Amino acid sequence: MNELKKVKSFSTQEKKSKTLIPYAMLCELTHRCPLSCPYCSNPVELELKSNEISTDLWKTALSDGVNIGILQAHFSGGEPTARKDLEELVNHASKIGLYTNLITSGVLITEDRLKNLYNSGLDHVQVSIQDTDPNNSEKIAGFKGHKKKIETCGLIRKVGLPLTVNAVMHRQNLHNLKNMIELAVDLDAERLEVAQVQYYGWALKNQTAFLPTREQLDIATTIVEEARIKYKGILAIDYVVPDYYAKKPKSCMGGWGRQFLNITPAGKVLPCHAAESLNFLNFDNLKEKSLSWIWEHSESFNRFRGTDWMPEPCRSCDRREIDWGGCRCQAFALTGNADATDPTCEFSPYRNVLEEPLSKAGSKNPDFIYRKYS
Amino acid sequence: MSKLIKLKIDDVPSLPRHAKLRFDHARKKWIINAPERVFELDDIAGEVMQLVNGKDSLNKIIDKLLIRFEGAPREEVTNDVIIMLQSLADKGFLINE
Ligand code: SF4
Ligand code: SF4
Repeated sequence: MNELKKVKSFSTQEKKSKTLIPYAMLCELTHRCPLSCPYCSNPVELELKSNEISTDLWKTALSDGVNIGILQAHFSGGEPTARKDLEELVNHASKIGLYTNLITSGVLITEDRLKNLYNSGLDHVQVSIQDTDPNNSEKIAGFKGHKKKIETCGLIRKVGLPLTVNAVMHRQNLHNLKNMIELAVDLDAERLEVAQVQYYGWALKNQTAFLPTREQLDIATTIVEEARIKYKGILAIDYVVPDYYAKKPKSCMGGWGRQFLNITPAGKVLPCHAAESLNFLNFDNLKEKSLSWIWEHSESFNRFRGTDWMPEPCRSCDRREIDWGGCRCQAFALTGNADATDPTCEFSPYRNVLEEPLSKAGSKNPDFIYRKYS
Repeated sequence: MSKLIKLKIDDVPSLPRHAKLRFDHARKKWIINAPERVFELDDIAGEVMQLVNGKDSLNKIIDKLLIRFEGAPREEVTNDVIIMLQSLADKGFLINE
């Protein structure tokens, strides 16, 4: 029975897997959304409803996902509840053993629909809240829906689903971080994700409006540390310092094409939600190729997989299999060279490209450029 | 969020609804799916978790393990199982029925 000792490894969850078996798929069911957040992670070129793929094609992709080892399916958008087949997809995913998570703005959903989703096997819901101050919240979202969001959170708990509050924090709402934490506790959420704006796509257009100051961040970090102690066992808080202020880049989805894939409303399969910003890459579509083929063989997934593509200083750096050279989309957006070391790394020869945006942080609040169809 | 528990030998552990155990054929491992995380279990943890059913007490679970792993000392097994399950409970992924 000495074998039981091995059980110790049980507590080291999320071990780095050497083999390339993906963990999660993000299913962007639609780009339609009543909100128009100026930091939306959707591409600047939004897909029309007429380009959305069918229920059957989604189901095939989900099943194929399980075969290649995907464990979790996140249904997102746009606003995923804008698709009438959401229940059917959740039901299918759940039946084949996927863990299902709904990522929603919460403004379109009724109690009945939540009950149906629960009965379809939905495991978890994530609701985005733009700010605790209703006026500012609605200004950021470009939509009057703050009250409805709060109600939705209550309904989610009422039907018995676990809730994560997703708060994108930036210089125009960081002063309410403490309130956000308390709101999450009041809403009986079990997790709060304090996310940072990532600067590509829409957010890059609004960078000066969002980039927090160093001082704001230091205060935020203290608030999170205190709240983690105060709410231990009640609320888990995920918090990452924005990489512009960090010395090392964040790992890109656990490495490009290693753990994660993203499917767009039109059926394109991407290594990350922002990957289409790498406009020189060719992304395969589920209408032509299977998910498993794309994961293994596609040009886009293999382009930045592993470490062979890396230039110096990453190539000989001992962190190359920790952060995988950082974010490709960010490197491309900031330097024009997708192979470059992420400029948020202190060793990057391009580090100075951050100086200009950082120098503007806190100087003024320009008007938002809202997400919209072009 | 579920209340944190300190496991005792007559507790009846089970997974909360938002944590799900299953066998993954791609990894050839038992896993627990939970919001934004996955616990990959080694063989023994997989054996233990299959016995966590919301009906059997820890005592009963250990009885079953002792039949499965003949000759193992009860005290040691008990100790190891509690350490393992408590680490899950501490993260809110195990409840007492
Ligand atoms: S490349 Fe950048 S945008 Fe894409 S997943 Fe990685 S970190 Fe995110
Ligand atoms: S040089 Fe490359 S691998 Fe090393 S820390 Fe910077 S980004 Fe990461």
